[in-house]
Amino acid sequence: MTDLPFTATEMMTIAAARALSDEDVCFVGIGAPSAACNVARLTHAPDITLIYESGTIGAAPDVLPLSIGDGELCETAVCTVSVPEMFRYWLQGGRITVGFLGAAQLDPFGNINTTVIGSYDKPKVRLPGGGGAPEIATSCGKIFITMKQSKRGMVKAIDFYTSFGHGEGGDHRKRLGITTEGPALLVTDLAVWKPDPATKAFTVVSIHPGATRQQIQDTCCWNVHYTADVIETPAPTEIELATLRNLQERTRIAHQGSK
Amino acid sequence: MPKFLTLYSAVGEFIHDGDTVAFEGFTHLIPFAAAHELIRQGKRDLTLVRMTPDVIYDQMIGMGLARKVIFSYAGNPGVGLLRRLRDTVENGWPNRPELEEHSHAAMANAYEAGAAGLPCAIFRGYRGAGLKAVNPNIRSVVCPFTGEELAAVPSIRPDVTIVHAQKANRRGDVLIEGIIGVQKEAVLAAKRSIVTVEEIVDDFYDVHTNLCILPHWTVTAIVQVPGGAHPSYAYGYYKRDNAMYMTWDTISSDRDKFTAWMKQNVLDVGPDVFAARVGSLRQ
Repeated sequence: MTDLPFTATEMMTIAAARALSDEDVCFVGIGAPSAACNVARLTHAPDITLIYESGTIGAAPDVLPLSIGDGELCETAVCTVSVPEMFRYWLQGGRITVGFLGAAQLDPFGNINTTVIGSYDKPKVRLPGGGGAPEIATSCGKIFITMKQSKRGMVKAIDFYTSFGHGEGGDHRKRLGITTEGPALLVTDLAVWKPDPATKAFTVVSIHPGATRQQIQDTCCWNVHYTADVIETPAPTEIELATLRNLQERTRIAHQGSK
Repeated sequence: MPKFLTLYSAVGEFIHDGDTVAFEGFTHLIPFAAAHELIRQGKRDLTLVRMTPDVIYDQMIGMGLARKVIFSYAGNPGVGLLRRLRDTVENGWPNRPELEEHSHAAMANAYEAGAAGLPCAIFRGYRGAGLKAVNPNIRSVVCPFTGEELAAVPSIRPDVTIVHAQKANRRGDVLIEGIIGVQKEAVLAAKRSIVTVEEIVDDFYDVHTNLCILPHWTVTAIVQVPGGAHPSYAYGYYKRDNAMYMTWDTISSDRDKFTAWMKQNVLDVGPDVFAARVGSLRQ
């Protein structure tokens, strides 16, 4: 993709941003989700409500926070509530339309592992764990996921169910009494995926400019399927790209300027 | 009426070997100075409770203070993994503390239940989640009215909770503003509490009546430590030292580097160094 005027990561962030609307109340995970949510807010969805688990509701940060509790979030928020209130009234209370998560390990049914690589008791790598994700995954109206593709990250079976997606697929959520939609979108650096209506396995609906089917399969352990009407993801517009780059430049200066 | 003490006396008097200790502050107002004092005094066999262990517990765990850690997210926020915690889990260095792992929702509910004097917290959580299978303290109850199965976890009742706040007044009432986290619940759930503050003022006549205030009779000890939340931040006083959080990733990546850093920056100094650390971050 070297001759394109944007990187695969930029395409990923912008494609993810496009999925959000003014009407959304979005629980924002840190990292790639946070960039996408703020690009949405700064372009086509100025009225979106961004919520970070530190208790900030309606945050509008000028730079991307390094953590979910940077001062910038509280200063720009409509209101800031305690952490117990955040999880009880706002998340469990059903007020959030979209939860936006990243993943260390993801399976085709949108189940996410951020806990351990290997066994729980004797892990090969101890990862940070779930944080807010186990309940975000089941209490938000639906879940969007964004991550870069790799064979290490996109696996047939995850080592640990940190947060539940569609489980074994089909109506597994319903069988557990979970009434929310679950994973509805996956945006990677190569493609946009949506769950198959019946099996709930992620299926490619659009391929980013410059990416190939070969690349998509080479960086994913499961057998990749495509919808019949798969399209090319529209390239980032000038405004989208400028918004993202300016945001990242402001962020870079802010985070390294404190020493 | 809380005692107004030095950090040395407060930690020495109110935290004992074997205690269950909660240091709270959700990214904001993390009581680093108190943790460093605890490390200097070499308290042992502690059960460390904290939603987001981050750098403060990475330091305590790396120094071998923990017998058990109860937590819900063990990362360096926005940077990566906690390398000292990883070393204990993956290699048993310097020891191998027991881990009790929850989700944020469970921990937040468990603190609230502790403050409310309940034996357990009930919430809609852990559905389909793997932690249920590895943590025997995650159980369920059936709602007697609807029949819905809900998650239950024991309430958190620390022996002592330590928090950092912006202000106390001379009577010992405590003010916290900005991201208020779970501090109020953690203090009210505990038998004893130590609050470190940026400043001590005469009274609170000029502050908004709805700011999060712990009345003086809920606090055991108050210690003034300007900059005591560094490298986290105190809203209205100084910014988060994001560069330090990024540097920690390198310091903590190696046992020798870590040990040398702890000696130079924790063991061989006192709480008075914190004021200078936030000098360039003041707002």
